[in-house]
Amino acid sequence: MDIFLQQIINGLTLGSVYAIVALGYTMVYGIIQLINFAHGEVVMIGAMVAFTVIGWLAANTALPPLAIVLIGTIAAIPVCVAVGYALEVFAYRRLRHAPRLAPLITAIGASIVLQQIAMMIWSRNPLAFPQIIPNTVYAVGGATITLVQLAIIITSVAMMIGLTLVVYRTRLGVAMRAASQNAPIAGLMGVNVNGVIAATFMIGAALAAVAGVMVGTYYGIAHYTMGALLGLKAFCAAVLGGIGNLAGAMLGGMLLGIVEALGAGYIGDFTNNVFGSNYQDVFAFLVLIAVLVFRPSGLLGERIGERA
Amino acid sequence: MLEVSGLRVSYGGINAVKGIDLAVRAGEMVTLIGANGAGKTTTLKALTGLIRPAAGSVRYNGAEMTGVALHRRIGMGIALVPEGRGIFPRLTVEENLGMGAYCRNDRDGIRGDCERVYALFPRLAERRSQTGGTLSGGEQQMLAIGRAMMSRPRLLLLDEPSMGLAPLMVQKIFETIRAIAADGVTILLVEQNAKLALEICQRGYVMESGEIILHDNAPNLLANPQVRRAYLGEPS
Repeated sequence: MDIFLQQIINGLTLGSVYAIVALGYTMVYGIIQLINFAHGEVVMIGAMVAFTVIGWLAANTALPPLAIVLIGTIAAIPVCVAVGYALEVFAYRRLRHAPRLAPLITAIGASIVLQQIAMMIWSRNPLAFPQIIPNTVYAVGGATITLVQLAIIITSVAMMIGLTLVVYRTRLGVAMRAASQNAPIAGLMGVNVNGVIAATFMIGAALAAVAGVMVGTYYGIAHYTMGALLGLKAFCAAVLGGIGNLAGAMLGGMLLGIVEALGAGYIGDFTNNVFGSNYQDVFAFLVLIAVLVFRPSGLLGERIGERA
Repeated sequence: MLEVSGLRVSYGGINAVKGIDLAVRAGEMVTLIGANGAGKTTTLKALTGLIRPAAGSVRYNGAEMTGVALHRRIGMGIALVPEGRGIFPRLTVEENLGMGAYCRNDRDGIRGDCERVYALFPRLAERRSQTGGTLSGGEQQMLAIGRAMMSRPRLLLLDEPSMGLAPLMVQKIFETIRAIAADGVTILLVEQNAKLALEICQRGYVMESGEIILHDNAPNLLANPQVRRAYLGEPS
């Protein structure tokens, strides 16, 4: 088996999820310069809701697996959108003009609140995510790709294209970009800036919902703390690509996934098995440190004059 | 058309505008002149809703404006060419113009107005797919004026349109403002270049330390010795 190719495939799968979650971070940052640290929790809520719906449907209906996962996803999206909206309105809106530390601490607080709520609803134990999609495996070169992996990559790419079209081709998109560059002037032009910010949170949350279903399906497990590490890694991906930059979040997510997968695949060989693939999580943060040291604005980030 | 009475604005305890009265009638060109820091920009910001006045009333066509949300005002026919132009630096020229028409949804009308702006400022047409941040100061000013016109305003407020521009460009901008007024748009022009402003406007208000100290028609102000000394650079 070609380990290199295999790890690239695994990395692209993971990277797709990171990219989708990173988009949520980067969109919110782009518009209000806030790191929404509760975003990972939105992913977790998405996974949990989907877990419940998919589990129930799998046990009580005879729907085809793909339909069940689709319904689970469609159920998770509005819940996550509501959570994203609530975060913006209740946690962040009042702090929009507060010193930057205040909304940051609020974000961490909101993240803890969401985790605890999820724990109360879905138990503190890891839940086995229903594995209903057939484990079909396709051969690619010397490696393999599963149906779930393929579905994750295709869904993610479709969502990235969709989001790009929304941001660059629609009235809402141009309003989002205008508000991110100069909110008061955008307001003067007739943009309801609060509405646009809320819409940004909601779009990010909808992406997070799908990401939650994807990770749950991929790892076969859901847990109330699963959003924390995933969120942190996606945040690393957003910083790697250049926070505030959509293409950067996509690229950063994919790269981070590949770095992690290759790191996990080869760390044993390079360290004579002193460190094993359980050190996988280290790579995201090594990448973050490297970016902050060598290119703080990220790969695609650029510091251009905000005010023309 | 616009009636301001007892308008006061304060920033963190500092009274920037100390209770001014001002009126602009439909079809008029009125200027508000004064030195740097006199409170002219603050006044315009309060008129457009960018900042909330501490007291006083702003009536537009008889309706009280102080409680109206910022984003609803442009639909009422008020547009601002802001201080420092306020171009969206990473939107293209075309998108910037499109933002000016954000409140409208008559696609064909918008298209036509966009072409009118391009006809008025051919330089913008050449640069329509460039981002706003790459334009020169003069081009940005043209874009800011063009963008304001895209909403088909009835009242156009301009904040220091001559700032930082070369004399030729200033002339071009002022000609444009005069042409806009000739089309029936009411104009309130804030300027430091008092001479130019008083030459194109019918009436003027002179502002100093947050108060209006003089108010007269433009020829009288141009002849006023106090104005000549303070704002037109005449030796005392």
